[in-house]
Amino acid sequence: MPSIDQTTDEILDLAAKQFKVPRETLAPGDDFFKKLGIDSLQALEMLTRIEQHFGVELPDYEMQGVSDFRTLANRIQARL
Amino acid sequence: MNSFSGKTISWSLRDSVIELVLHRAPANEIGTETLGELEQFMVSLGALSEQASAVIVHSTLRAGFCAGADLRELYQSSLPLDAKARLDGVREFLERIHAVMNALDATALTTIAAVHGVCFGGGFELALACDLIVADKMARFCFPELRLGLIPGFGGIPRLKRDLGNAVVRDLLLTGRSINAAKALSAGLVSQVAAEGEALRVARATAAQVTKFDRGASAAAKKFIKPIPSEELRREIDLFCELFTRPAVMAGLRKFVESTEALSYLP
Repeated sequence: MPSIDQTTDEILDLAAKQFKVPRETLAPGDDFFKKLGIDSLQALEMLTRIEQHFGVELPDYEMQGVSDFRTLANRIQARL
Repeated sequence: MNSFSGKTISWSLRDSVIELVLHRAPANEIGTETLGELEQFMVSLGALSEQASAVIVHSTLRAGFCAGADLRELYQSSLPLDAKARLDGVREFLERIHAVMNALDATALTTIAAVHGVCFGGGFELALACDLIVADKMARFCFPELRLGLIPGFGGIPRLKRDLGNAVVRDLLLTGRSINAAKALSAGLVSQVAAEGEALRVARATAAQVTKFDRGASAAAKKFIKPIPSEELRREIDLFCELFTRPAVMAGLRKFVESTEALSYLP
């Protein structure tokens, strides 16, 4: 199983690619709604890409209240 | 008429395939205007059926296939009414949308929903009325209604139960979670998954295959294998109306309409 740091890195890579922002501008503790300026539908797209990448399911109710990459990575890590 | 261009939907017939296009921004929420145009479509479908073998339903909006019922319209139109008038209005809407969904479900043509993005609530129920669902890999399916204290009201529960069984219905209904296309495929909900942006192309290829068959034989096969769950659909309307009278529903609708939360696509 990858480490939490690896999972977080991969999520940051996915987000940078999806929203076309330089990878180095994203950090694990960033609020992705604010940092990426995304709306709820875009967050849902990000969730779908993350699910596809890791081959897991993350019910969207587990994303409610989560806005930073590291916490999101923890939720994914729990299903790997 | 062979084509129609409305405010919320359009349709056209070409090469024995009817394409019904949803295009009401922001996410094809189904309110009274869409319902009225869907009713027009169902009237036209009777005549178009003589020249067609298949129907494809799809959306041209980036957000997705359909986000479900227009909850803002429902809330705002209900607000000035007393409880009885509010309930009468909801029941009338449900009776009308059920007539549309039932007609689409039972049409002799083979129907294909080409789905991308959000396919939630009433949008999911529209897709479920079709014979086949082709999903873009980014599509998501969800019954969020319990978050409002309601059940899906456009016939989704009986149709999903008919097609997949009770356990899948319970999972989606009782958790309100959304599932991706891969999960939907493994559950048997989706018949084919397409690459991003390719659902319509795959649906068109499927429709082209359908047009090769004898229309009468296809219609007989469909009628044999796809019964309309009429009794459960009727009970669904009654249960929806019963739940709708609860004060918590209007409070939930108000919260949704006024929400500025990040995940506001879900009530």
